[in-house]
Amino acid sequence: MRPRLVVIGNGMAGARTVEEILARGGDFDITMFGDEPYGNYNRIMLSNVLAGVEDESGIFLNDLSWYADNNITLHTGTRIERIDRHAKRVYCEDGTETPYDKLIIATGSRAFVPPIPGLHRPGRGYHQGVFAFRTLDDTRSMIRYAREHERAVVIGGGLLGLEAARGLQNHLPHVTLIHAAGHLMNAQLNEVAGETLRATIEAKLGIEVVVNGRTTEIQGKHAVTGVKLGDGRVIPCDVVVVAAGIRANAEMAAASGLVVERGIVVDDQMRCQDEDDIYAVGECAQHRGETYGLVAPLWDQAKVLADHVTGVNPYAEYHGSQVATKLKVAGVDVAAMGLQAPERDDDESLTFTEPRKGIYKNVIIRDGRLVGATMVGDVKKVAFLMQAFDRGLALPEERAELMFDLGGPAGEVKVEEMADDEQVCNCNGVSKGAICGVVQGGCKTVTGVMDKTRAGKGCGTCKPLVQRIVEWAAGGEVEEDPAASFYVPGIPMPKPELMNAIRLHSLKSVSAVFATLGGEEDAKSKMGLASLLKMMWGGDYVDERDARFINDRVHANIQRDGTFSVVPQMKGGVTTPAQLRRIAEVAEKHDVPMVKLTGGQRIDLLGIPKEKLPEVWADLDMPSGYAYGKSFRTVKTCVGSDFCRFGVGDSTALGIALEERYQGIEGPGKMKLAVTGCPRNCAEAYVKDLGVVAIDGGKWEIYVGGAAGAHIRKGDLLTTVSTPEEVITLTGRFLQYYRENANWLERTYAFVPRVGIDRVREIVVDDADGIAAALDAAMAASVAAYRDPWKDREEPATPGQFRTSLPLTVLPQVPVRA
Amino acid sequence: MRAIGFLDEIPPGEGRTFAVDGEMVAVFRLRDGSVRATQAVCPHKGGPLADGQIDLKQVVCPLHLNAWDLSTGCSLSGQPDVAVYPVRIDDNKILLGE
Ligand SMILES: Cc1cc2nc3c(=O)[nH]c(=O)nc-3n(C[C@H](O)[C@H](O)[C@H](O)COP(=O)(O)OP(=O)(O)OC[C@H]3O[C@@H](n4cnc5c(N)ncnc54)[C@H](O)[C@@H]3O)c2cc1C
Ligand code: HEM
Ligand code: SF4
Ligand code: SF4
Ligand code: FES
Repeated sequence: MRPRLVVIGNGMAGARTVEEILARGGDFDITMFGDEPYGNYNRIMLSNVLAGVEDESGIFLNDLSWYADNNITLHTGTRIERIDRHAKRVYCEDGTETPYDKLIIATGSRAFVPPIPGLHRPGRGYHQGVFAFRTLDDTRSMIRYAREHERAVVIGGGLLGLEAARGLQNHLPHVTLIHAAGHLMNAQLNEVAGETLRATIEAKLGIEVVVNGRTTEIQGKHAVTGVKLGDGRVIPCDVVVVAAGIRANAEMAAASGLVVERGIVVDDQMRCQDEDDIYAVGECAQHRGETYGLVAPLWDQAKVLADHVTGVNPYAEYHGSQVATKLKVAGVDVAAMGLQAPERDDDESLTFTEPRKGIYKNVIIRDGRLVGATMVGDVKKVAFLMQAFDRGLALPEERAELMFDLGGPAGEVKVEEMADDEQVCNCNGVSKGAICGVVQGGCKTVTGVMDKTRAGKGCGTCKPLVQRIVEWAAGGEVEEDPAASFYVPGIPMPKPELMNAIRLHSLKSVSAVFATLGGEEDAKSKMGLASLLKMMWGGDYVDERDARFINDRVHANIQRDGTFSVVPQMKGGVTTPAQLRRIAEVAEKHDVPMVKLTGGQRIDLLGIPKEKLPEVWADLDMPSGYAYGKSFRTVKTCVGSDFCRFGVGDSTALGIALEERYQGIEGPGKMKLAVTGCPRNCAEAYVKDLGVVAIDGGKWEIYVGGAAGAHIRKGDLLTTVSTPEEVITLTGRFLQYYRENANWLERTYAFVPRVGIDRVREIVVDDADGIAAALDAAMAASVAAYRDPWKDREEPATPGQFRTSLPLTVLPQVPVRA
Repeated sequence: MRAIGFLDEIPPGEGRTFAVDGEMVAVFRLRDGSVRATQAVCPHKGGPLADGQIDLKQVVCPLHLNAWDLSTGCSLSGQPDVAVYPVRIDDNKILLGE
């Protein structure tokens, strides 16, 4: 027999969760109970139904045939009274019992009705003329009653109250909005924004607004005749709509013995506390202390629940949602997300107001990320802001671009003004027209378009532009790509979950990971997985050579003609005459086409055919400089106090010590370091993944997250220490934290701002999480496992490891410089 | 049909280049045990396809990471297609051609 799945609540969360379960092939006998007499409809659209811009029939999401087609037994108009957790049964009001194997509670919430005298009539529900605004039935009766009356008062000036007030204007001439707090939408907006909104609502819509209005009484003997306020004022009216907030429908769950606080308490799998077979989802659920009153979070919750209950991904976790709100009142644009006002001293806050036009804009930035935004009266930038907020995107240096579309060369290029043949991706030569073509072909995710065209897949600087073009071409219908959060595209898990799963199943090879977690092998995921597994298991990692990129198979960097470059280690950029002589001899002996100084202060021998690599290494007899891997590369140094007349610290000695210790360590991206002997910064330490600067008084500053490649960023000051030993320890700890937590190919310049330098400092320097010792130990293990790959040259690791792949081409193809 | 080399010249999940009548052919040994053969030179900018990473479907050129379907030769990233050749294994011998 198939397991029985019972769902209590046939609203937006309940029905969506069932859809997600079906989409995952979940094999259940499904029974749904709904208090309302309908199939699932789009509750959000009730505002539009009230406002007369949407027809009732247009709001149904799942009509009754959907339930029949999917073999779901639906009991409409049926309220569940009680759950027996031990007998695994639910009971209806009339005593009918239904057994379950898995139970989902999706009872949503109801209007919160403050205890105002006169709202209720003893024993008969609301007073004649009083309405809540939650269900289709509420909306229908409100419309019917309002049509025959004159004056309405809406209690509550939040999103729902504003939408109700606007909607009621469609049916009667006078609407007054009474709000208990000092300004409208106080849960989302600060005072100035709320005031701007009030002015617009009054002037543009003609709704009278009373703030600081405490309703003390509903007057009227047989029907409502007025509302009395705390200051004694009476507002005459014949309709009252209560929109003063919502309360989770959790009483039934509480009475049945589930843990309930403000909602039904659930864990990261949406399971009720201490229950294996009962889940809660939607507005009735409380996750990590939060209950939500918007639909976006419940879409995320439904996916995790479905992943878990079907077993498709038992490790799926819900981590809470960032919510952004938009007011659905025609002619009054309001959008808000995150903070309303700066909270910390170093939060950046930008505000623009133009009261005459009813415009107020504010953005709040912390550590380079958007943490709050409010737009009243002009929401043109909202799509971009929502994305930046949701995904923690890097923000334009020109902060005003967050609020305005700036013209001119300094601002962002306007997508609509670009010519079709204009090149967008300069690395892979992709034009705007090519991107639009793919979007029109039906691919509407940014990553999908990037995969198909290769736009944004070179140095990555054009990614934001690619994203904007896709958004423009898709006409706002860009689809979220769930894969954006995956560590590698081929395994549907973010990094922490993936690492948990790898540990849980002891997966020690890339093929084992695919077999257990991914299903299909994926070429583009192999390298990232190999790096992660090697970091996690060290010596126990089962090395399958095909999981490596060619550079890592042959320990050299492939060049445009299929030859390779050989960069021997030169710690801290310090060499000796003997070393130079040896390199010169090797270059001569093998007719090396080009000998070049690298940006990382070493010597590069370019144009070496694959089959000659072992011989060149043997002749050099120097360790590998790792100029080819996603790994610790080099420590650039200046001459420092030994020779430089400005030097205040021995930068070369420290650089050499760092390279000696961390040489060859693999990670999610390259790690380039530098140590400079004074703040003149000759070794460019401010723009390295980790840069060390000697300062006067024998101290050392450590900067992290810098970059000076396609992306340029000055590193953030992590801390200042007094000894080189401390620098070495903190370097290892920071790099290990990065290795364990960064996404594949996420360089420190993206990782550090994503996590936030304060948080990085808490962990790495202050050890606030108590994991410093573990990070140090993990790094020490990796250090101990180091072995120079160029030593393995006597015997090929695999058959034909160094066999040429282009045997008939005359090499080299690159010009030889004398 | 002719033998061009031996299966154990190719490690599992990798590719190697073989010379056949002045042509170069990249032969890949998939992790499910089967083999595929394509032209050896990347149509994009001449990269060595045998040095690319593969899965059961595609090969990814090591130079600019364009991808091709191993069975059909169709480009998966907007490049010209590659030639594919019939190939099979008989007792460790790699047999190319019909
Ligand atoms: C007018 C209005 C406008 C809105 N506008 C927006 C908006 O613009 N954007 C936005 O994000 N959100 C908006 N919302 C909020 C959004 O509708 C809710 O977040 C969403 O509906 C919550 O879904 P849910 O399934 O948790 O609850 P619901 O959709 O309320 O579903 C719960 C269902 O369970 C039933 N039920 C309860 N108890 C029982 C029981 N014991 N037995 C059987 N059945 C039971 C209820 O009758 C109900 O049908 C709006 C809400 C309203 C009312
Ligand atoms: C396939 C393309 C590339 C090759 C072959 C290549 C090769 C190299 C090599 C061999 C070095 C010397 C490293 C060392 O001495 O350890 C180097 C340094 C450097 N590369 Fe690249 N690189 C490539 C792409 C890039 C890209 C795309 C960027 C920019 C985003 C970049 C930025 C740098 C910088 C800034 C340095 C200097 C590093 C330092 O001073 O520490 N490289 N590159
Ligand atoms: S080496 Fe020169 S050509 Fe090659 S990626 Fe770097 S900057 Fe571009
Ligand atoms: S960074 Fe300072 S110490 Fe180093 S070489 Fe430059 S001036 Fe001298
Ligand atoms: S040469 Fe193969 S992808 Fe460019």
